[in-house]
Amino acid sequence: MRSALFALLVAGILSAQWASAAVAGSLEEQTLRLAAELRCPVCQNLSVADSPSEMATQMREVVHEKLQNGESPDQIRNYFVSRYGEWILLAPTRQGFNWVAWLLPFVAIVGGGGIIVLTIRRSIRRGHKGNVEPSGSTDPRYTSQLDEELKEWEQ
Amino acid sequence: MATWKKLSLLLSIIPLLLLLAYGFKTNPREVPSPLVGRQAPPFALTMFDGSHNSLEQLRGKPVVLNFWASWCFPACYEEAPHLEAAWQTYRDRGVIVIGVDIQDRDADAKAFIDRFKFSFPNGPDPQGKTSIDYGVYGVPETFFIGRDGTIHYKHVGGLDEKVLKAKIEEML
Repeated sequence: MRSALFALLVAGILSAQWASAAVAGSLEEQTLRLAAELRCPVCQNLSVADSPSEMATQMREVVHEKLQNGESPDQIRNYFVSRYGEWILLAPTRQGFNWVAWLLPFVAIVGGGGIIVLTIRRSIRRGHKGNVEPSGSTDPRYTSQLDEELKEWEQ
Repeated sequence: MATWKKLSLLLSIIPLLLLLAYGFKTNPREVPSPLVGRQAPPFALTMFDGSHNSLEQLRGKPVVLNFWASWCFPACYEEAPHLEAAWQTYRDRGVIVIGVDIQDRDADAKAFIDRFKFSFPNGPDPQGKTSIDYGVYGVPETFFIGRDGTIHYKHVGGLDEKVLKAKIEEML
């Protein structure tokens, strides 16, 4: 009974540890995740995680070291912003004028979709009308010409 | 109906044009440093000659902190003689010029120092700690640090005689 309890306790501790590790990820994973949020200063549109440049390598080392020293991801993000400005963040922070960058794509998608739906509906309505209504009276000149040409073709 | 359409088209184009006008007017290479006007991050460097230099040691003196690399051609090569000349001119008035060589090989860096006969202290930044602390994103970049330890001005790109003189005089 006692050994069973002990085994249960060990299993509980182990699974709790495993769970917390799975949530936080390894130090390397955390480093890469944070580095992926930072813009590589010497590259064109590459994150610090993706760039093979020396500067990005050094930045990854700084992130790794700071995580090792127990700094939180927020503290590390703030450190880079304090040195490079918000420019260093690949995704703009959700505040003030930056909301434009976050919301505009959705506004464009919804607005564009709305315009497309309206246009399709209108053209369908027009199409129906076109089928129901007889086309306007034809020019008698063309009718006679058509008759003549048809006769010629039949011969 | 047609005028309504034209008007709505115009109304949707105008904000876009304004946004583009604003965007095209800004210089994409210019990244404003949040450090200007703030306390300079502390640094401790071991120079190529084995001596040590730290910002704490230099408190009370205007410091010209120049980040360079031997592979940075031509900007670093163009500004090098001006840096040495500024050091010669202002060292007696208490101004310190310090060169930080980043992302470089020591042998190449030493050849660069010999080529321009640098007499002011120069040292490497082995793990890039100092350059990242200063938010450096390219070379050359130069920080003018006042007597009180705040960053007076940051210059991106090669320095010339005029800028060096003007900024140093402002700090004196």
